[in-house]
Amino acid sequence: MLILDCPYCGVTAEETEFHGGGEAHLKRFGPGSSDEDFEGYLFHRENPRGVHFERWRHVNGCGKWFHVARDTATLEVFGSYSAQVTEPPQEIRDAITAKRPGWRWREFA
Amino acid sequence: MSEAVSALAGAGFDGIARVEEAGQVGMVTLRGDLDSAAMVKAVKTATDAAVPGQRAITRAGGYAVAWMSPDELLITCDHDKADAVVNSLAKSLAGAQFLAVNVSDARAVFDVSGAQARDVLAKLMPVDFSRAAFGPDIIRRSRLAQVPAAVWMSADDTFRVVCFRSVARYLFDVLCMAAQDGSEVGVLG
Ligand SMILES: [Zn+2]
Repeated sequence: MLILDCPYCGVTAEETEFHGGGEAHLKRFGPGSSDEDFEGYLFHRENPRGVHFERWRHVNGCGKWFHVARDTATLEVFGSYSAQVTEPPQEIRDAITAKRPGWRWREFA
Repeated sequence: MSEAVSALAGAGFDGIARVEEAGQVGMVTLRGDLDSAAMVKAVKTATDAAVPGQRAITRAGGYAVAWMSPDELLITCDHDKADAVVNSLAKSLAGAQFLAVNVSDARAVFDVSGAQARDVLAKLMPVDFSRAAFGPDIIRRSRLAQVPAAVWMSADDTFRVVCFRSVARYLFDVLCMAAQDGSEVGVLG
């Protein structure tokens, strides 16, 4: 079971208080985009064994969406951060690097 | 005009804790910029209470103001005062972006009381109900068994639980089950 921190209400709670929202930092491709970009936006997802970035919602709490960086193999959580960003903040990247030197995820490292 | 009634007409149960529907409780949802001077003044004018900090609850007279999220407060009061609270907030906040709604009849409210109330709630919610962690000045939103609920202390050894009215019967039944005789846990009491 995951233990997550909600950055909005400051609660540390177990997974059942939250709801997973899939991969983080997707760029939306809508009307006018190429078929390839649209297909990628709709269907192509990371499925890493290790460092991963996800969206979560504090559904049984404050109701806010936020981001989580975690390890899919060990369930270790590196940190949670605001939903109002398009890429992981530096302190989250540093926290991951401290535990998983040399990590890469999509274009981020 | 139809007569307003609470969800379970004050249903009660006595086991290792007392479970009781609290009847009609006034409740106002207030959303907006909680840090703004206008909000602080509006809440003070309507309730005489301060805007609470993160996960805190403030009280004044018959009013309580609970922090629900970074942009939402829940004000509780007597059932017949809720409309006056909404009107007061609307007047104070005119021109600002805000939302104030009387949600009294959309909710159900229960009191769980007695020396073992903490243990009873801890069976149902993934929340630390120890005396050190859960005191009278906080509100915690979480889930109670399978439904969302908010909980705070309304008196010594008494916890007030709020849920959506549509799940009032479920919440009452599951609280009674957790409070049934012979089900003492003896950890937090
Ligand atoms: Zn939260």
